[in-house]
Amino acid sequence: MSFVRKNAWTLGLIALFFVLLGVTRLIQPSFGVSGLESLARAALPFAFATAAMAVVVIVGGIDLSVASMMAVCSVTAAVLMQTMGGVPAILITLAVGALMGLINGVLIVVTRVPDIVVTLAMLFVWEGTALLILNSPGGAAAPFLREAIVGSVLIDGLPQALIVMAVIVALIWVPLKRSKLGLAIYATGSDENAAFRSGVAVGRTKAAAYAFCGLFSAFGGLSLLALTGIGEPVPGPYLLAAVAAVVLGGVTLGGGIGGLLGPIIAVFILRIIRTILTLAAVDPNVTTIVEGTIMVGVVMFGAFLMMRGRGPT
Amino acid sequence: MSDIHPQAETETRALVRLGRFLKDNPVIPLIGLLFLLIGALELMRPGIISPFWAGNTIKFAIPLAMLAACQVLTMLTGGIDLSAGIVATCAAFVAATLTPLIGPVPAMLTAMVVGAIVGLVNGFGVGIARVHPLIMTLGTGLIATGCLQVYQRYVIATGTDIPDILEWLGTGRTAGLPNGLFLFVPFAVFILWLMRYTGFGRLLFALGSNEKAAKLSGVRSWQVLMALYVLSGLIAALTGLLYLGMIRAPSLSLANPLMLPSVAAAVIGGTSIFGGRGSFAGAIVGALILRVIETMLTLARMPEGARIALFGLIILAVTALYVRFTEQR
Repeated sequence: MSFVRKNAWTLGLIALFFVLLGVTRLIQPSFGVSGLESLARAALPFAFATAAMAVVVIVGGIDLSVASMMAVCSVTAAVLMQTMGGVPAILITLAVGALMGLINGVLIVVTRVPDIVVTLAMLFVWEGTALLILNSPGGAAAPFLREAIVGSVLIDGLPQALIVMAVIVALIWVPLKRSKLGLAIYATGSDENAAFRSGVAVGRTKAAAYAFCGLFSAFGGLSLLALTGIGEPVPGPYLLAAVAAVVLGGVTLGGGIGGLLGPIIAVFILRIIRTILTLAAVDPNVTTIVEGTIMVGVVMFGAFLMMRGRGPT
Repeated sequence: MSDIHPQAETETRALVRLGRFLKDNPVIPLIGLLFLLIGALELMRPGIISPFWAGNTIKFAIPLAMLAACQVLTMLTGGIDLSAGIVATCAAFVAATLTPLIGPVPAMLTAMVVGAIVGLVNGFGVGIARVHPLIMTLGTGLIATGCLQVYQRYVIATGTDIPDILEWLGTGRTAGLPNGLFLFVPFAVFILWLMRYTGFGRLLFALGSNEKAAKLSGVRSWQVLMALYVLSGLIAALTGLLYLGMIRAPSLSLANPLMLPSVAAAVIGGTSIFGGRGSFAGAIVGALILRVIETMLTLARMPEGARIALFGLIILAVTALYVRFTEQR
């Protein structure tokens, strides 16, 4: 019972996802394996952007530069893959991503400027860096990278893209969450002062959380490259989507609450809503309105639930 | 600052005093920085500084400063208005497309109503439903973008027309100075008066410094927040109208590039993003500083990427220095 109560929000999201999947089948009976696969592929960069955002929101910050960091990683990998093998290029890209995140985090800790402002400024810095690396879309992706997210594994209908994403996120997040650092991240997010007084190295924890944010952004950039096959220096619309999914996924913007599972399911919910609206032949512009309304509506609903849960104050 | 650590204090007293002075008068160091930058610009390209150049810089700083007013006012309560840029775009587009249909004055009024509606929704979300302002205004921004795209479908045939008064305000010059000042000076005086001498302004500061204390003293926070976000929407719409007159080409993303720099202008101007401290005068100087920096980076003939990156670094450096000096957070 306590498991259900503790994970009520996530379980609700999963239920919602399956309901929406059912709706999709109703509207488009031919929606099947290939539909699921393309859904998972399209959701890939959004999922990594959301994971990146979720880590820093849990530590009590926010990173507005996620989309720009993804652009830097995507062009870095695209340029490197022209001259060297795929694996070293990927490793270098991941290191670059983590380094960018670390720079964000260290700047926030050292300058004591609010995180929104620092990452807002760094958004411009990374955007410019991406343009410096590659002035116009170009470069190349290693073939195996492109194939890694195509098709299904094990059984039909289990998209490979989904598995790749789940494995990567789990490999990073589960050990992190169970480690000392994970505990420190949650502690810093829920109350920075209390964490500091209990001996948590708050500054180092924050910087580490931002580094993980950069690492996830690097995966996001790689998945962008895998999707399109070329490096794109102009950041995509991943910032707003990531914030929306993080909030939908039950991570509160104060920090300290939530995990990565909820936000990633929220990404798929947002994507499938888009699919449904497209299948229902709704004007794509109306889709934007619907997405915004859902985002605001769900947050209001969540606040309402929390107020009821807390009882009259 | 009692005398618990007398030695340490004598050493740092001058610095502390300087910091405190700057904290009380955040505009003075900013104006110093502005003139420093202008001096550097003159060194880079002797002879560039002219009345014409000054007029041009002021002209393009005006819409930025007006949008920064939205950010300053909302940041006072610990909020932020990320829908301001989109609201300005919507207002400009609505005004431009409705002018041939219903005449300039009703069209401009409709544009203002658009701003007020978005503000009302924001106010409802932030003040009554208690949604985080960042999320709420992002969401309404998304919704407004979608609405604008749908609306565009219906008016595409009517063509656009820009009211003469806006064109006069946006592009005309009087005695070398841009006509936009005719709108901006009364506007700035109004905002400064609002923040400093009215009950509403004090309520904003009170809510931002300590919301609980303000509520316990009988402030109905939802009414204040409602009024605040409607005001912010109206300012954004007005900015959109002025910007329309300046650019003279309505598009679906007209004022969106002003959005993030408006936050930067407010922050450089010494407004705390956590609420309770801020000044519009600072934001005006902040907007001017941003415009001067842009001119410098354009003149330096760097690749676009380096320019954008340097722009970000300079914003960061200015705010970091500022925080160091005034020890604010």
